[in-house]
Amino acid sequence: MAGMTKKKIISYVTNLAIVLILYFLFYFLIRQGVINSYYSDLINMVCINVILAVSLNMVTGLLGQLVLGHAGFMLVGAYSAALFTLHINLPLVVAFPIGLIIGGLVAALFGMIIGIPALRLRGDYLAIITLGFGEIIRVIANNLTITNGAKGLYGVQSLNSRQNLTPMFTYVFFIAVFVIFINFTFGTSRHGRAVIAIREDEIAAEASGIHTTYYKLLAFVLAAFIAGVAGGLFAHQIGIIDPSKFDFNRSVEILVMVVLGGMGSITGSIIAAVVLTILPEALRDFADYRMLLYSIVLICVMLFRPTGLLGRSEFSLTKFVDKIKSGGAKKKQNVGKEG
Amino acid sequence: MSVLETKNLGINFGGLQALEDVHFSINEGEIIGLIGPNGAGKTTVFNLLTDVYMPTKGVIELDGVSIVGKKTYQITQNGIARTFQNIRLFKDVSVIDNVKIAMNSEMKYSVLSGIFRLPAYRKEEKEISKRAHELLKVFGIDENAHDYAKNLPYGQQRKLEIARALATNPRVLLLDEPAAGMNPTETRELMETIMLIRDKFKIAILLIEHDMNFVMGICEHIVVLDYGRIIAEGSAEDVRHDPKVIAAYLGGE
Repeated sequence: MAGMTKKKIISYVTNLAIVLILYFLFYFLIRQGVINSYYSDLINMVCINVILAVSLNMVTGLLGQLVLGHAGFMLVGAYSAALFTLHINLPLVVAFPIGLIIGGLVAALFGMIIGIPALRLRGDYLAIITLGFGEIIRVIANNLTITNGAKGLYGVQSLNSRQNLTPMFTYVFFIAVFVIFINFTFGTSRHGRAVIAIREDEIAAEASGIHTTYYKLLAFVLAAFIAGVAGGLFAHQIGIIDPSKFDFNRSVEILVMVVLGGMGSITGSIIAAVVLTILPEALRDFADYRMLLYSIVLICVMLFRPTGLLGRSEFSLTKFVDKIKSGGAKKKQNVGKEG
Repeated sequence: MSVLETKNLGINFGGLQALEDVHFSINEGEIIGLIGPNGAGKTTVFNLLTDVYMPTKGVIELDGVSIVGKKTYQITQNGIARTFQNIRLFKDVSVIDNVKIAMNSEMKYSVLSGIFRLPAYRKEEKEISKRAHELLKVFGIDENAHDYAKNLPYGQQRKLEIARALATNPRVLLLDEPAAGMNPTETRELMETIMLIRDKFKIAILLIEHDMNFVMGICEHIVVLDYGRIIAEGSAEDVRHDPKVIAAYLGGE
């Protein structure tokens, strides 16, 4: 038992160290101008997509339900946060974090309103009802005066200035790390176990004394909250938001990240989010062919790894090191198991 | 003192009277067998007891309190646990987590304690882990605690399902065909396990089973159902020689 906790501490410390090293490395490079504004924006988008993918993973991976309206929650969060920072008379440094929280809370509220009726359904039916929700939200935002209709909101200020591109990076990076952290700890807490039980067998979960409606809603609302925060970050990152940025394609894009990474695998979602955000940008040189290549990559992954890159397992550095230490024989065995 | 009692229990699905006037009571530490030909309504009784279906008439009382109309999870929390005819485990979850999931309703720590790993989380998780291991030891599957449930052999999956039901701390345990698909050795082992459970956990057990050697060997009291009605009850000896029972199983008159 004592040995296990020691191992845990080591893994916590290494993970923390990696996070800090990554942060300071990028911070330094951005600060020095080695990474220009195009790339630093790309890095920020990667982090935002990681947040979105990991939050969707909470519903799709842990709860095992297909949700096609994640962009809807993102839209609600983005508009709430943007409207708050646009209209409140506070310095942005103060207004921005409050706006993010408001964005998350409003999205969570919508999650609850949608979730109570929708979560009676499952599988395809839930997918369609959430798809409908996403579209309804978008159309409403297209027609309200407060959202400024199809023109959208502009002049949403970023924390970045022309001289300093680091504040936004600091925000998105640490929020991404935080979201990953709570996703992991939630998944291994009693609440996460209850949610996973519902994924595995709802009837058996109910018969084991799990209040299934409550736990479904919990996962759903938590995911909506995080998507709302991500929306707030997104709005302040790009400065102009209009409803078309949160259409059905956006929801699918997030879902693809989760499916590609392996449903239920947090690290898988992270890797897929990073790759799928950078890939379309990296393929810009191929102009018209880039979406073709993007699709081919998706098809190949699904053909050769139907459960996604990592399946349901997690990539862990300590395990990886253990594997290397214990040699190739064991590694081969593990590969066989996964396939 | 009976733990669980049903009076005048009945349900109809449309025009079909699936159960009528079913009454029985179980005492603490008693093992009752529920038998009958296919379609007699045995599993329906279980479904009524755990409120998968709502009875159209009659009462179900647990410790003298009616449980009709409560949700399935509430009934489990109140003390009736069940297993299923076709095993329903959480397959892609470790063996020990299967048991821990069933212990969830006794745990108290909040979502925030879980997410931020506060002391309440550590304390309760440590306790639950200890209890789960102890329970698995009773069934001899503690060595497999960290395997996926789906990777256990069939007999052990059955055991795990019973362990999971016991993890909810029930007063009454409902077993739906626990010996189905088992070979004679596994069946004998299971009989011993069930007796052990009864003595160790001091609970009432109601079981459905087709294996007559199993039922006759283990149950103090047997209730025979046919076409939704109780046609006979009593000790194994009484039931075995009851002409109505013989007629129901073999056809008669």
